Amino acid sequence: MNIVRALKCRECGHEYEIEPTHVCEFCFGPLEVVYDYDKLEGIFTRELIESRPQTMWRYKELLPINGEPTVGAQNGFTPLVRARRLEKVLGVKELYIKNDSVCYPTLSFKDRVVSVALSKAVEFGFTTVACASTGNLAGSVAANAAAAGLESYVFIPHNLEQGKVLGAGIFGTKIIGIEGEYDDVNRLCSEVAGKYGWAFVNVNVRPFYAEGSKSLGYEVMEQLGWKAPKHVVVPMASGSLCTKVAKSIKEFIQLGLVEDNGTAIYGAQATGCSPIAKSVKESTDLIHPVHANTIAKSLAIGNPADGYYANRIIRESGGWAEDISDEEVVAAMKLLAETEGIFAETAGGVTLGCAQKMIESGKLPRDESIVLCITGNGLKTQEAVVDAIQKPRIIGASLKEFDALAEADGVK
Amino acid sequence: MKLRVYLTFNTATVREPIIWKLGKTFDVMTNIRTAEVKENTGLVGLELEGKSDVVEAAVKWLTEQGVHVEPIEQNVIEG
Ligand SMILES: Cc1ncc(COP(=O)(O)O)c(C=O)c1O
Ligand SMILES: [Zn+2]
Repeated sequence: MNIVRALKCRECGHEYEIEPTHVCEFCFGPLEVVYDYDKLEGIFTRELIESRPQTMWRYKELLPINGEPTVGAQNGFTPLVRARRLEKVLGVKELYIKNDSVCYPTLSFKDRVVSVALSKAVEFGFTTVACASTGNLAGSVAANAAAAGLESYVFIPHNLEQGKVLGAGIFGTKIIGIEGEYDDVNRLCSEVAGKYGWAFVNVNVRPFYAEGSKSLGYEVMEQLGWKAPKHVVVPMASGSLCTKVAKSIKEFIQLGLVEDNGTAIYGAQATGCSPIAKSVKESTDLIHPVHANTIAKSLAIGNPADGYYANRIIRESGGWAEDISDEEVVAAMKLLAETEGIFAETAGGVTLGCAQKMIESGKLPRDESIVLCITGNGLKTQEAVVDAIQKPRIIGASLKEFDALAEADGVK
Repeated sequence: MKLRVYLTFNTATVREPIIWKLGKTFDVMTNIRTAEVKENTGLVGLELEGKSDVVEAAVKWLTEQGVHVEPIEQNVIEG
């Protein structure tokens, strides 16, 4: 059943028909998909959801497509891991990791947003899709477009990690490196989007695209045993994921699928690009654009489109935001790998590192459930940790040499 | 052409009559569609309409004044 009602301006409330557009004609405010939840009463139950395949589409009624997805039908439904070893290190009672570093098919949560954006693009009749990306989105658009037989153009800053460039190029997409930062890429793309008749996932189909992030929140609640978490920590670039996790919880409460647990939302950024965290910490609601300088390139958006809304959601929910240095990012990536066996990308280091800092400062209580959203895979950002890990010790192929090494290690 | 932009003003620029100056300096029609101005910062949604080269020059001038200019989307390209 399709319960999508309209696109609605987040500022003035004006409603628009469902079409590939993203700004309000009246006030330039961003448009958001709104639904008639009443229509789902008594139909959209836990039992129905549980009976469906384990993909993000088990919640399809709450995603803005008509009928079945045509792109990315297998995406989503990643593990929620109880992080017992990390709990001990951090000194907290109940910690979970939502592990989207293994999201299908391109190992980041972007596969969620892209499958919605491209399914919608196909519905609208587009044959070429495109995006401005800090890396993960490019790979996801390229892969999902390839699998769906769509042409794709992806625009990235020219100095991205090798793994991200390769992880998009392999899919035969047209990959364009722009001299400049992500914000320059984005600026160009909003012009390109106006001129070429393409579906730009984060420009003209952005309202649909962004809704895909809600599936991460739905899954967390289902995996917690149909419970909303008390505290969720989310990495922020544009701030979209942060707002959509909050929306997912509100929707499940409204539909009676979970009880209101007073969930507080926490945002995480790297200090070298922390316009949203800064605005929260300074208790203002206007975001000052910054020039990004951090190894957490996937989060390096200096002028975040949803910054204002992320800020508001964090503060209204009783959460907080934090930022950490690049050294702390690397340390947190190692900590996550060594305690939980999860190799997350820099954004994951940001999330864990900021959580750690907020636990120490008392902003995150130690005795209530915390969920960390780990959203990307470490294999794509190897540059960040290559100098921080132990190199293999080289020995000859002789037992004698190994015995000497073992003895030096104190092995009995 | 018609260009829709967001302008962000900082502490140094927020008290200046920059949009008025813009209208005096360039032959463009300015139409403020949304605005939020505080002590240290301001955000204005502005529509600029005029000849393409004049609109482009006006945007360049705004940047030179220290205003952060973010195009929203150029969906109507004329002339
Ligand atoms: C790995 C990863 N995590 C988090 C984000 C943040 O996403 P958003 O722009 O929704 O804040 C991104 C965005 O590129 C990302 O690549
Ligand atoms: Zn509006």
